[in-house]
Amino acid sequence: MLWSMGKDSTALLWLARKAFFGSVPFPVVQLETEMELPEVYTFRDELARDWQLDLRIELCPPESSVDQSLAPNSRAAARKTEGLKNLLEREGYRGVIVGIRRDEQATRAKERVFSPRATSGDWDVRHQPAEFWGHYTTDVGEGMHVRIHPLLRWTELDVWRYHERENIPLVSLYFARDGYRYRSLGEKNITTPIKSDAATLAEIIAELETTTQPERAGRAMDHDSEDAFEKLRSAGYM
Amino acid sequence: MSDERVLAIVIVGHVDHGKSTLIGRLLHDTGSLPDGKFDEILASSKRRGVPIEWSFVLDALQAERDQAITIDTTRVWFRHDGRRYAIIDAPGHRQFIANMLSGASEADAAILMVDVTEGVSEQTRRHAYLLGLLGIEQVVVAINKMDAVGYDRKAYKSVAAEIRAHLAELDITPAAIVPISAREGDALIAPSANMPWYTGPTIIEMLAGFAPASSRADGPLRLRVQDVYRFGTRRIFAGQIESGQLAQGDVIAVAPAGTTARVAGIERWPNPGPPLARAGESIGFTLDTPVYVDRGDVISHVGTMPARAFACDVALFWLAEDPPVPGERLRLQFGPTEARVTLEAITRVIDTRSLETAAEAGQYTVLEARLRSTALLALDTRETGSPRCVVLRGNEVVAGGTVLAVVDETRSSNLTPHAHLVSRDERAERRGHRGAVLWMTGLSGSGKSTLAMALERRLFERGMNVYVLDGDNIRAGINRDLGFSADDRTENIRRVGEVAALFADAGIIAIAAFISPLARDRQTARDAAGDAFHEIALTADLAACEARDVKGLYARARRGEIAEFTGISAPYEAPEHPDLLLDTGRDSFEINLERLVEYTLEKTALPVKR
Repeated sequence: MLWSMGKDSTALLWLARKAFFGSVPFPVVQLETEMELPEVYTFRDELARDWQLDLRIELCPPESSVDQSLAPNSRAAARKTEGLKNLLEREGYRGVIVGIRRDEQATRAKERVFSPRATSGDWDVRHQPAEFWGHYTTDVGEGMHVRIHPLLRWTELDVWRYHERENIPLVSLYFARDGYRYRSLGEKNITTPIKSDAATLAEIIAELETTTQPERAGRAMDHDSEDAFEKLRSAGYM
Repeated sequence: MSDERVLAIVIVGHVDHGKSTLIGRLLHDTGSLPDGKFDEILASSKRRGVPIEWSFVLDALQAERDQAITIDTTRVWFRHDGRRYAIIDAPGHRQFIANMLSGASEADAAILMVDVTEGVSEQTRRHAYLLGLLGIEQVVVAINKMDAVGYDRKAYKSVAAEIRAHLAELDITPAAIVPISAREGDALIAPSANMPWYTGPTIIEMLAGFAPASSRADGPLRLRVQDVYRFGTRRIFAGQIESGQLAQGDVIAVAPAGTTARVAGIERWPNPGPPLARAGESIGFTLDTPVYVDRGDVISHVGTMPARAFACDVALFWLAEDPPVPGERLRLQFGPTEARVTLEAITRVIDTRSLETAAEAGQYTVLEARLRSTALLALDTRETGSPRCVVLRGNEVVAGGTVLAVVDETRSSNLTPHAHLVSRDERAERRGHRGAVLWMTGLSGSGKSTLAMALERRLFERGMNVYVLDGDNIRAGINRDLGFSADDRTENIRRVGEVAALFADAGIIAIAAFISPLARDRQTARDAAGDAFHEIALTADLAACEARDVKGLYARARRGEIAEFTGISAPYEAPEHPDLLLDTGRDSFEINLERLVEYTLEKTALPVKR
């Protein structure tokens, strides 16, 4: 399971603990760019200890090694994509559990809950297996793996409401301080806080019920060009 | 407070009948577009030199924009009047019908789009058919592109009559047939000034009136086991309640085995919560007796168990390009429940466009067929539960469908002679399990035969190849030349060991139930079968066996009528290291049977393929 320490993948970890009655029976991988905010690292180490996670930190290749035609803001995502490829090749994992949601970004709306991929990460969006009535493609061929997206049908609000209901630990950056808070956490050089006074889960939920600002408005990479995200995804970005 | 539950709507219809445009317009008119998106659409449309193109809201992929069609199912959310909606946009293109099915299967309600200038098309009919197959009952028809016919009432009425007649044939009654212009926003949110003659509801009024598909809280209990967790000796069975409810203390049945047990507790984490769980909840539960439960088993209450049979009749919407072939092997799935089946016969093929009987079964036809399994199946029809099934060929999903009828037949036992040059692994692969010798040893009256026969029945019902060897069938034939001298007894066991080993090599699970009191005789049998041999010791003290004395043998031995009777006048060498030890004096028959079933399944399972 990939864990970015954000609200979505932390909710996913919590779901795994619920499903397996307290333990997470598989490795938890952080794709490390060494560019997260300090609070995020503190949170990671505390939770890994308290929840007894089998945490593996996968150091992603440096920025100089990724496709230089990508705008600078998208390069962190490209680094993670490469890091994930390295991880899959080295460990031979046949399944990766990822906390993406359909409502985050238009391209992600096309995803399946179980999405077969080539080991290279390539996503053949035109020939995805049918998925209905609780049937998921769990068997994939040699040289393939499956991306599993348990939160695919959740919305941003659903995630927050779930955090509120279950009282799951969160990085403090999500809560407003001095009129600003992070709505989405990315690398520190390409993520900015939004203006907000929401300092509790209830206030965040109330804020989101009326906003028309997109969730990733504070993420610079999403505004590079209309194609950047799609290029990244067809190359294996989460 | 608004309804917290999101209403999921699928929009279906012909590729060019304006589905994506409707979605883009609905998002805009309800104020649900993220800031900046409208400007993006304007810019994008301008760059491509087309008038404002609402479908660009959805068409996120470059490839799609170039082709100006929707590739895959997408899902977008909007809010209106305090209610949340999720729109599933299903593509109209013929080759993308698998995606349409994927999207529509999640919907509570449907909007069927029909272009007023083209009327009911092949795809309109097919999508309407799928709505019926999927069981979506809340349907509104949108007659689109009214602006292209000058908002002409007659044009609307003619197409409305056509679609109404077609839907009637499918047993679908639309909640309304609304004339709209998705591009211009007519009759979506507010009544259209361009169509004063239309006094019916708008699209949003119709959607507001629909309810999320009711969870089946009232139906009989159905829970498909997803996993079994072992915490020490404690076992927790995990799964989602599909319908009904499950409470601590309930007596449940496990299908298809038909075993029963009482629910000891409902388990949740971090807190167990209330001792009752309802439809929709994913929970764990424990049982008060060690009944064998596996992934895919269906939990119900006793008395409302699913039907159990080796065959069923189904209606399948065939998705694969390669047509179905009678006789082929398929995988039949109901959620986590899976069985290997043979497509025994295709009884009817329906063309989903004309609803006429078609000559050939093929892609996008509906076929009525009989599926037969070698293992007992737990089956629901529409009357008893969810009849929905998914069919796979290898790893490919080839059809979705419903169980129409349970075919209540028992499997005739026909033995297939094996050709030479067949490996043990190949036999195991075909059977779905490995062969084995389950050698049950113990005193007369320790319960060998009773357990052996019950185990045989249970394994048989799971589709396994199994046979009991005991004194009755061995002494009557192959060993009829043997008496009861010490040498003959040793020869008796030697021959049984050899026969059992042949059975195991042939891929069969041979259960040998013999007192076999001597360790060296049992060793001979073990040597014959090698690692397929499992020594199962039944221990019960002599007094208990003698007290039971089903055949009156102990009494006769005591009277001296039987010479060298094991336990009385001849020694019993109890196994020192049996592979499985069953204390039949202490534990109940049911407990020991479950242990045997579990042990056998574990030891004869095929290796997991990577």
